[in-house]
Amino acid sequence: MTELWIATLGASAICFLLKFLGYSLPESTLNNPRIQRINNFVPIVLLSALVSVQTLTIESKIIVDQRLAGVLVAAIALKMRVSFPLMMISAALTSALVYNFI
Amino acid sequence: MLRDSLSVAIPVGSYGAAFGAAAVAGGFSVLQACALSLLLFSGASQFAVVGVMAGGGSALSAITTGALLGIRNGLYGMRMAPILNLSGIRKLIGAQITIDESTGVAISQESRGEGAMRYGFFATGVGVFLFWNLFTLIGALGANSIGDPSSWGLDAAVPAAFLGLVWPRLVDKKARMAALLSLTLALALTPILGAGLPIIATVLIALVLGWKAS
Repeated sequence: MTELWIATLGASAICFLLKFLGYSLPESTLNNPRIQRINNFVPIVLLSALVSVQTLTIESKIIVDQRLAGVLVAAIALKMRVSFPLMMISAALTSALVYNFI
Repeated sequence: MLRDSLSVAIPVGSYGAAFGAAAVAGGFSVLQACALSLLLFSGASQFAVVGVMAGGGSALSAITTGALLGIRNGLYGMRMAPILNLSGIRKLIGAQITIDESTGVAISQESRGEGAMRYGFFATGVGVFLFWNLFTLIGALGANSIGDPSSWGLDAAVPAAFLGLVWPRLVDKKARMAALLSLTLALALTPILGAGLPIIATVLIALVLGWKAS
């Protein structure tokens, strides 16, 4: 099995298990304020890390290219509260313009 | 209320096109992109699996990152379990559609009673599931036919999607600090640790910031 299939099926299995466990464990299991607080920060740190890594690295090297322009435009679009699809399109369009013409 | 559910399901489902395109641009096949949407079915985790693998990370890093982002679905399940009271096959289906949107709509119906919460949960969950999977296929097929992803800007669409997912969570100073620290730490560690691990390492920031109430 290729790495991509291992990632696809492995992540699917574990994520389903996590959902299912929620229905199988008593509510008190994780009803601890500290765990709740930490868990609230988990998506913030992981998604932010993915933003910078996906914008500025290629194969573990830091590389500044057209992606940064696209993501900066995405940030402006989000600040202006445009819809999610429009934000994605502006980011892609900016990046494509820089890649093809600059 | 069906309108509430559909007004969530249709736009969220259409982000599925962005996911399908991102997955294919990141080296996944159309079948793998669709498998993630069918079997994993949680947007942030799916984008993370694709992001880590596309960045050259190991399958283990991708699975770990996806799983860490999937913990919250388990917490939603704990919240929904006494209301839905599911068993057997219904419990399997209910668990699979336990995501941000279905739980969110269910909780928004709290004042109308548990019947309305159940209806909101299933209408939204099933609706998002159908649209998400349909659009994943469309996005994946589209990206598969366009050649170089960079010339279409797809290389920027993936980090833009992550930015769009984290943005609504940056509601206070501490959340924004967590985001900035994490952006910086992951970037600083990538040349040292390689792809994948630096993203997981940022959970330390969540541990430190969440340890004490503020």
